[in-house]
Amino acid sequence: MILQWLRKEVADTFLATVREMPPMSVPPASFEAGRNQHSSTKILKELLGEVPKDALKLLGITGMDLCIPILTYVFGEAQLGGTAAVVSTARLRQEFYGGAPDRPLFLERVRKESLHELGHTFGLIHCRSGECVMHLSNTVVDVDAKGRNFCTYCRTVAASNAGGGSGK
Amino acid sequence: MTMEKTVNIMVVDDEEIVRESLTSWLEEDGYHVECAEGGKKALERLPERNWDLMLVDLKMPGMDGIQLMDEVHKTSPDMLVIIMTAFATVDTAVKAMKKGAYDYFVKPFNPDDISLTIRKIVDHRKLVQENQFLRKELKKQYKLRDMISKNEKMLEIFDLARTVARSNSTVLIQGESGTGKELLARAIHDESPRTNAPFISVSCASLTESLLESELFGHEKGAFTGAAALKRGKLELAQDGTLFLDEIGDISLKLQMDLLRVLEQREFRRVGGSDLIAIGSRILAATNRDLKKAIAEGRFRPDLYYRLNVISIQIPPLRERREDIPLLVEHFIEKFNIEMGKEIRGVSEGAMRIMVDNEWPGNARELRNVVERAMVVAKGNLITEADVSLSSSGPGANPGAKSLEEIEKEHIRLVLNENHWNIVRSAHTLGIDRVTLYNKIKKYGLKREGVAPKE
Repeated sequence: MILQWLRKEVADTFLATVREMPPMSVPPASFEAGRNQHSSTKILKELLGEVPKDALKLLGITGMDLCIPILTYVFGEAQLGGTAAVVSTARLRQEFYGGAPDRPLFLERVRKESLHELGHTFGLIHCRSGECVMHLSNTVVDVDAKGRNFCTYCRTVAASNAGGGSGK
Repeated sequence: MTMEKTVNIMVVDDEEIVRESLTSWLEEDGYHVECAEGGKKALERLPERNWDLMLVDLKMPGMDGIQLMDEVHKTSPDMLVIIMTAFATVDTAVKAMKKGAYDYFVKPFNPDDISLTIRKIVDHRKLVQENQFLRKELKKQYKLRDMISKNEKMLEIFDLARTVARSNSTVLIQGESGTGKELLARAIHDESPRTNAPFISVSCASLTESLLESELFGHEKGAFTGAAALKRGKLELAQDGTLFLDEIGDISLKLQMDLLRVLEQREFRRVGGSDLIAIGSRILAATNRDLKKAIAEGRFRPDLYYRLNVISIQIPPLRERREDIPLLVEHFIEKFNIEMGKEIRGVSEGAMRIMVDNEWPGNARELRNVVERAMVVAKGNLITEADVSLSSSGPGANPGAKSLEEIEKEHIRLVLNENHWNIVRSAHTLGIDRVTLYNKIKKYGLKREGVAPKE
């Protein structure tokens, strides 16, 4: 349901064909027992092995809470200028913070973070502009405050990087 | 959108997953990140680029984070280091901060904390760089061509030099060797309307009387044995440019007379020649000798002195303008960075103190040589005390001393003079106690040498 909606949003933004893949299970090795979270870096590595031959990018969406060893949590992780990205919906829900469910707000956050992580795979770094979806957002307050689309600068850079097909 | 200087961050951690994830996260923020898996590797990578920040894990096998920070601060005292640790103990946190860590993070840390901290560091460094830029801009006012100073006397000299550059007057530049007499002469030439004509320099002390004569005036073919062809002298070669007579105090009385005639009549003959050749050049002269004393002793013609000394410039020795030492050091570092392709960023406080306190008998030239040598041997991007070698006036310079006793006597005398006979300081330098020093002074019959009275 979310995926179907997100597929259209991503397709409209990047003017690309977006395909939905069959669900994958989160790799057990990515579970950090001490923290009850999953390592986004390990999930990303798993995703890389699943990229279809005809796909330019692969975005994974998970309900699990993600982290990296030095950070308490991350909303997502991407390979800068690479192929794969992952976004966690866990901390994008109002319920996580003890609030009442707010579906439109939740969808808007998923959309922003998905575009943001995909932006990284197109070689984009964090943007200084608060109007741009590539603006750094460490909290949902930041996510809600920033713009919902790429600024002209980031869109141009992403387009030129897509043309060059840079990868690392 | 303005392009900003890339911020270079080094991540040091023995765990690959930490290095990988932190790198990836920081790169998304636009930083240039490189990793090292331990202290040894980190130190190796230190000279690779101008790091702005190091994120260092506290617990690593071999060298721990605080030991690494200590090592780094030896060569890069202003390096910002953030210590990361999984073990939150107040003791180590306090220790790290006391040892000079910029901040202390307990793993895992809040993403917002690290973002804000690094942003703060970047902004701070930007301000520092802006400050350095403005200071450099300001410094331009202290410059006269290749000369640099903020000493009031020197600034007056720069002003005077700019003024006299427009005239044709003879200028006599006096000063100890190494103070920059030739640099000033060149600056006067470069600032003058003659700037596109030649600047010809003659060192009068290095040639015998007859050679200097032929060097200055040239000679006709067959003027003397060995004069196989016509030779134009420097007076002729200078054309409408500037002729700089260095070490004028060293020329013979006969040549002094010849030169006086040339200056008065503004024409000369080649050696063995009969045609009078007009002089179009402007004449500047310099000496490190006390010409007034030479006149009193009958070694220098007073009339030539007055002819040369139309405008007199006395360059003070470096020890009388110590405020210029840091400025000159920075100037030489910039110059040699370009020549040597190095990226030396500055001088440690200790090294600067040694240089500011030195007497510099060889003046700015000696300082330049010391900085050049230090830059060759410097290991990091900072010149430290170990790199600064001031041995040029050591006892080895005295070829007369043969026995150990003679060398000891000579060395003690030298150290005493360097410290203005301050016994405590001299004893400290020599590594002996005061009583021993007094005994040695008595044994060798050393006496404080009279300081020559100033004119």
